[in-house]
Amino acid sequence: MNIWATIIVGLKEIWSHKFRSALTMLGIVLGVASLVGMSALVKGMENGMREAMQAVGGIEKVSVIQQDLPPSQSHLADQVVGITMDDVEALKKNATLTKLITPEMSMGRGAVVSHGKKVYRPWNICGTWPNALEMNVHTIEYGRMFNEIDDDLARNVCVIGTEVRDQLFGSFEETGKEIVPIGENININGQLFTIIGMFTRYESEKQKKEREYQMANPSPERMGPQRRTGWGRGGPGGWAFMMKNSTIYMPLNTMWMKFRAASGTGGIPDPTLSTLNIRITSVEEMDAALQQARNVMMQTHFAMEDFDFRTQENWDENISKQVNNYRWSGGIIAAISLIVGGIGIMNIMFASITERIREIGVRKAIGATTFAIFIQILIESIVVAFIGGVMGLIASYGLVELFKILIPTDNEPVIMMSSMVIAFSFGVFVGLLAGLLPAVKAAKLDPIEALRYE
Amino acid sequence: MALVELRNVSKIYQVGDEEIRALDDVTLDIENGEFISIIGPSGSGKSTLMHLLGCLDTPTHGTITLDGIQIQNATSMQLAAIRNRKIGFVFQSFNLLPKLNVAQNVEVPMIYAGVSSRERRERVMEALKRVGLENRAKHRPMQLSGGQQQRVAIARALINRPRIIFADEPTGNLDTHTGEAILTLFRELSQQGSTIVLVTHNPEIAAVTPRRIEIRDGKISINIDKRLAGLE
Repeated sequence: MNIWATIIVGLKEIWSHKFRSALTMLGIVLGVASLVGMSALVKGMENGMREAMQAVGGIEKVSVIQQDLPPSQSHLADQVVGITMDDVEALKKNATLTKLITPEMSMGRGAVVSHGKKVYRPWNICGTWPNALEMNVHTIEYGRMFNEIDDDLARNVCVIGTEVRDQLFGSFEETGKEIVPIGENININGQLFTIIGMFTRYESEKQKKEREYQMANPSPERMGPQRRTGWGRGGPGGWAFMMKNSTIYMPLNTMWMKFRAASGTGGIPDPTLSTLNIRITSVEEMDAALQQARNVMMQTHFAMEDFDFRTQENWDENISKQVNNYRWSGGIIAAISLIVGGIGIMNIMFASITERIREIGVRKAIGATTFAIFIQILIESIVVAFIGGVMGLIASYGLVELFKILIPTDNEPVIMMSSMVIAFSFGVFVGLLAGLLPAVKAAKLDPIEALRYE
Repeated sequence: MALVELRNVSKIYQVGDEEIRALDDVTLDIENGEFISIIGPSGSGKSTLMHLLGCLDTPTHGTITLDGIQIQNATSMQLAAIRNRKIGFVFQSFNLLPKLNVAQNVEVPMIYAGVSSRERRERVMEALKRVGLENRAKHRPMQLSGGQQQRVAIARALINRPRIIFADEPTGNLDTHTGEAILTLFRELSQQGSTIVLVTHNPEIAAVTPRRIEIRDGKISINIDKRLAGLE
């Protein structure tokens, strides 16, 4: 018995009961669409969660931070060297699993920035190398980043985040226009600096969508005195973008010579770095890369372990765990709806063979084997599931569009090829299971009884 | 050796505690090329005999040999293959598949036999020509008259060049005139060499065939061969 002929018989059978078949398929269509849509939602959520982690440098970024000596070495406390440029040079030469090294010398939260009468305390003011752009995933929107020459000459130039601009020059929301303060002078802890660049505004996709949504649909203005309406814009991870926007970068040498002179010894300003960021070549080699960096630094620190590594591994694992939970719980619910669709197919197939008992009798009388009848019924149900699956994949795009309209401020759902493949094959598999029982029942019919059936 | 040989065949149905002997110790030979009618009132066992001859069922006792093949112990798959290649069926109610057109209906047995699609097309037209319906190939069964539908059924029965054709009350649903035309067609087929078994309860129809077997209460009561009796 030719498979193609059977498929065509199946298609004809479906076509001759269009309405009934459409209703049957609907179960599979909705099941497949909800499976794909659910996974698209979870993927969007995952992207949202990973955004904040990417914003602070991603999983490959490792911070080397200073820490107190372990108790066994505490008697050496007065000989501690701290993290210095020696470490940077040593790592650069010897740590082959590290592809990017950025020293940072920061000023701490006490630093004050002012312009005219406006005063602001940014989250982070630090001196660093131009490659901090790559290390901390910054993008310059206006002006330029300082370069090696600025660093060599220890020029008083800085690059600011948009939050600094908002506080010192006025934000877009207040003034109604985008102020670009390139070339303006600001005061950083009493010293005059020229702004030569400004970063883009960092925000999560969700924050951005919320902002755009609010601009398109302004909420009614609050009555009464002006006040802050609370924290918590942008959901979890919003703080990462807040911090990133509230940043001022200046050349490392500028920071060292202009702000550290007071705390130095022997006429040399204090060379201790506050942080040393490294970017490893790949997450898979995290353990090896850290071991290598530790070995190098133990050398430069004369075996005094006054440093520690800080990675985002926990954060990353938490995200993976959470996403996995959502995926499984959502997946099981969607799979149940697919199985319900399959039960619908089984029901219809039973009705269909009862209707065709006589036909099955005739087919057997003229030579159809038990197996041929079995395959015919099975293929009919697979064809229903197959068409339903294809339509479900198409419908899933519509479903995702619907999600976007219903929740315009949430993270964009992302349809994944893998989820489509899984949903489709699961749908066809359910169709096959649903066809088994009716097919066995049809195949077992006694030809004489079937021929007599009215 | 005869085309079909029945030796002491019995078919016994168990209904509750009661044994019903639908066929009781029947012995019968059908030669190649014969045109036979099996006649008997309803309940006589003629349908059971036809089911056994047509390999739709297996006997309780006795042996049946069809074209040299023992069928009393055959599996359902072997029976299906025998029905497909060696036997053609014509039914009282035509039993065409309503969703297929005439050509497709005639084609079905060849699909089960695994004939290539080109050969199928040729043989379908050939068979339709033989029953005089070559210009009705694309029609649905419901668009045809009863006589035409029965001709389609005969074309379907012939399509795999069976060794024997069983016709179960082939004229039962037709008016006298059309019924006669169908019987004429059978006679023509017989003259061309086909082995045909007509099952009927109507003596007038049975009179058409050279040989007549009458069944009563599961036994052969009369076995007349006009040619042997010198009547024809």
